Amino acid sequence: MALTGVLRPGHVALRVLEMGPALKHYVDILGLTEVTRDKSGRVFLKAWDEHDHHSVVLREADEAGMDYMGWRVDSPATLKRLAADIEASGLASNLGWIPAGEHPATGERFRFTIATGHAMELFAEKDKLGNDCGTDGPDINPAPWPDNLHGIAPSRFDHCLLYGDDLDGAVKLFREVLGFSLAEQVMAGPDGSLMIAAFLTCSNKPHDVALIRQPVKGKFHHASFILGSWEQVLKAGDILSRNKVSLDIGPTRHGITRGETIYFFDPSGNRNEVFAGGYIHYPDKPTITWTEQELGPAIFYHDRKLNERFLQVFT
Amino acid sequence: MSYVVLITNTGETFACGGEENVLAAMECLRRQGIPVGCRNGGCGVCKVEVLDGRFTKRKMSRAVVTAEEEARGCVLACKVYPQSDLRINVVGKMVRAIETQGKTSFVLGFTATTADSQPDTET
Repeated sequence: MALTGVLRPGHVALRVLEMGPALKHYVDILGLTEVTRDKSGRVFLKAWDEHDHHSVVLREADEAGMDYMGWRVDSPATLKRLAADIEASGLASNLGWIPAGEHPATGERFRFTIATGHAMELFAEKDKLGNDCGTDGPDINPAPWPDNLHGIAPSRFDHCLLYGDDLDGAVKLFREVLGFSLAEQVMAGPDGSLMIAAFLTCSNKPHDVALIRQPVKGKFHHASFILGSWEQVLKAGDILSRNKVSLDIGPTRHGITRGETIYFFDPSGNRNEVFAGGYIHYPDKPTITWTEQELGPAIFYHDRKLNERFLQVFT
Repeated sequence: MSYVVLITNTGETFACGGEENVLAAMECLRRQGIPVGCRNGGCGVCKVEVLDGRFTKRKMSRAVVTAEEEARGCVLACKVYPQSDLRINVVGKMVRAIETQGKTSFVLGFTATTADSQPDTET
């Protein structure tokens, strides 16, 4: 296995103000599938092409925002090793183990807080539910997509963009301890030496998590879900407008990652993205650098200018 | 039932139905550059103080509106539904756009074609 260590973003846990409208949004409009609920009222959801039990966790709370993001690693041994490495690095705080079963169908998780104030988790085990594409049994003679798609129907939860202050400490942890590479960066300041945005990947994707430097701790900019084509992004725009979903921006293209995108808000003000495209990342690809002067097209390639909302609105 | 909402920062008024949230009605002013945020009670950009009037409200994020603020009518326009005429003071991040951009910075309309404005012709 060439892709080892941290495999992918495995789940994102979001706080919503009211569960009813949240489920209408995430299930009926976005098109995720509700898998189960637990006794505390959390709802566990998945996108259609994810084999794992769940990838989105919703919890009703008084504040919107993100509770934590979880990462699947390749084995229990890797989980133990990375937990020890994180502890030894001194780059994270609030370290602790969460017992198996606290998330349904999920093994034990190691939770830690990175320098930007975001809680992250690693886990090695989560039951496989499959993607409903098999015609002669799970994963046997599959069709390209299942019959029961509805709403926008992204295939996977893809990444998060998070806002926080100590970007350097967080990037150091992801790169030096967790084995991520820096696919792209935005540099600012008089001599261009201050990193204000980092696009980090543990895989072949242009980003698995992105971080932007802002004078806040633990803030959530968006959770993103992947679609198969630019046309599906445009159709997502149709579905969002038909359902009067609060739109942020798009459809447009990012300079960074080259993704084709549309942004919108869930009923609690948490930003979502659905996107398509991008490129294939390999660990030996040189890091792409964007300068502060070109931040407009870096973020919104067609408009070539940033809107205030993209920078200032987060939960 | 439609009510009149007065923005004390500028003296502007707009109409808002009892089933419509105040931010949505304000967006219909079509003021260019009103940096509305999430429109869903999470980001706090549209925070207003209700100085006068009755309204109902829906849940808004405690991260941006404290219980004390909410108790004294300092709330998010996107979660406020008027039950009478309202007087509001805009205090959130959109205050800058409200106060600095003059009365009408966006005109929705078409100029009538006159004899002086012929369609472009090839020369």
